[in-house]
Amino acid sequence: MHKEAAIREPLILGRKTYADVTNDVCRPIEDKAPRMWYILFTIALIIGLYGVGSILYLLGTGIGTWGLNKTIEWAWDITNFVWWVGIGHAGTLISAVLLLFRQKWRFAINRSAEAMTIFAVFMAGIFPLIHMGRIWLAYWVLPLPNQFGSLWVNFNSPLLWDVFAISTYLSVSMVFWYIGLIPDFATLRDRVKRPIPKKMYSILSFGWSGRAKQWNRFELISLVLAGLATPLVFSVHSIVSFDFATSVIPGWHTTIFPPYFVAGAVFSGFAMVQTLMLVMRKAMRLEAYIHTKHVEYMNIVIMVTGSIVGVAYITELFISWYSGVEYEAYAFFNRATGPYWWAYAAMMTCNVVSPQLMWIPKLRRSLVFTFIISIVVNIGMWFERFVIIGTSLHRDYLPSAWSMFYPTHIDIGVFVGTIGLFFVFFLLFARFFPVLPIAELKTIVKSSSEYYKNLPDGADHRIETSKNDVKTDNTNNH
Amino acid sequence: MADKVIYAMYDDDDVLKDGAKKLVAKGVKVSEVFSPFPIHGIDPIIGVVHTRLGIMAFIYGLTGLLLATIGMRYFMITDWPMNIGGKPNNTYLENMLAFIPVTFEFTVLCAAHGMALTYFLRNKTLPGLKASNPDPRTTDDRFVVEVRMSQNTQFTDVEMVEMFKQTGIVELDQKDI
Repeated sequence: MHKEAAIREPLILGRKTYADVTNDVCRPIEDKAPRMWYILFTIALIIGLYGVGSILYLLGTGIGTWGLNKTIEWAWDITNFVWWVGIGHAGTLISAVLLLFRQKWRFAINRSAEAMTIFAVFMAGIFPLIHMGRIWLAYWVLPLPNQFGSLWVNFNSPLLWDVFAISTYLSVSMVFWYIGLIPDFATLRDRVKRPIPKKMYSILSFGWSGRAKQWNRFELISLVLAGLATPLVFSVHSIVSFDFATSVIPGWHTTIFPPYFVAGAVFSGFAMVQTLMLVMRKAMRLEAYIHTKHVEYMNIVIMVTGSIVGVAYITELFISWYSGVEYEAYAFFNRATGPYWWAYAAMMTCNVVSPQLMWIPKLRRSLVFTFIISIVVNIGMWFERFVIIGTSLHRDYLPSAWSMFYPTHIDIGVFVGTIGLFFVFFLLFARFFPVLPIAELKTIVKSSSEYYKNLPDGADHRIETSKNDVKTDNTNNH
Repeated sequence: MADKVIYAMYDDDDVLKDGAKKLVAKGVKVSEVFSPFPIHGIDPIIGVVHTRLGIMAFIYGLTGLLLATIGMRYFMITDWPMNIGGKPNNTYLENMLAFIPVTFEFTVLCAAHGMALTYFLRNKTLPGLKASNPDPRTTDDRFVVEVRMSQNTQFTDVEMVEMFKQTGIVELDQKDI
């Protein structure tokens, strides 16, 4: 058995047995949904449907319903796209990078963070698709044989790289997530009594039996997929940043973008995980599995990535002056002092100042403070993308082309709608899927749970079984 | 052919591992272990060979790399060499820098999905298949060792049950198949 230092804080509080882990995760699925779930679901659904309505209106009428103009051809939609893709970075980082580093605290959050990733990338994907205008021709982004002559997509273009990056990321994340879910669906299949859920979980579990060889393959595929997903995670947001960095627009044309975008993505992704987890652990009574220590670990990640983002902002500012390129210098001077100064100030406050408060141990262990900061960071990261995209475009080379961006109600409707749809998906996930990886949590019960890790050396580490579970006729020495 | 299967149930993974070790030392052939989570270190005891999925992932990755290279070379160099800003796509090598992102993504795509498909097929886990764990509790907190009498002809049923009883089992089930 793996031994862990006693001074390390336990990852599972109390005296949990294997059966307790199963019960704690499955109970919220088997019980009736609380009233609050229905209220939240209805709100999210209404907002989501409003978004769908806005999208349908947009598709029927055209991109002219957005607030874009000849100077600002990209603003609201791509801001939302990058914001959602960024949020979608935490899940795979938690499940892949932390797996490679053998961070066991990831078991408390990986399942729901991965779900969050997938739903966030769905939401992100909506924006470039609807921006095409004629969404029914979206398959033209693929290199398909066609009768337009020798017409292929342009593999020199970062926009096409993005198509490959996002679709690979989405599909690989889904496979990774689902492979982890299969054994837990099997647990639910063998537990639930009602016939319809039993049938459903039976189909979803693909006939998983938990054989030794199956677990052997399971462990290897988790490891290899983590190895593949780790560079993938870094490549995806690097490629998203290439959409801007390979252009010649002052303010976009910077080599610092890839690492800066990746750090920002992890930063915002963890903030969203915090927002969701802090509510979920309370609502589903999972406090023993997701507790202050987990929140603190995530806050440390937020602090580190927030600091990287802060350094990137300042470097960018310095280089714009140091480069001696007056257009570059103006782009940044205008960002900070021009008509969008308030967006720049919001970005600086939310993303640079607020994560630095996490240096104070008392604050980073406070759940209420964490919740507030997580929302502040998400707002700040939205403004970061808006500042980069909007302010770089709104002052063109020709002053006669200078312009401002004002979102229309369709712009706002689509964005708010994606938030609604995201919560619709997440609430459905929390209601019907095991939100913690049951099987993987059981592997750390003995090494990292409060009771078992503090047993003295040589003590019996066997898992307690409640007496009425044991059939007496076949038992001996028990 | 009629065969008898013994399912011995444990309530702890370490007890099962010790038990399996003792049984194997006595010459018992353990045909399967069912558990709710991976028991680390059980594979060498019961003789489960390490999976070769990793090698397959590498091969799928190479396939993806090759396909991406062949595809992009055809689209961008052979079939319609684009001339962007006076820089024509004459040879693949000269333009390769621009093709690296897609090559990487496609390699990962093929490696991950190829591996996942192989995993599902080899594990016999596909939608609609029936589960074969002997007891529903083996996905909760019970661990089962399966022994087939046809593979252990040197022991009688009674001897086998007696040996199991000394390993700390909580339940024992015998089935004719």
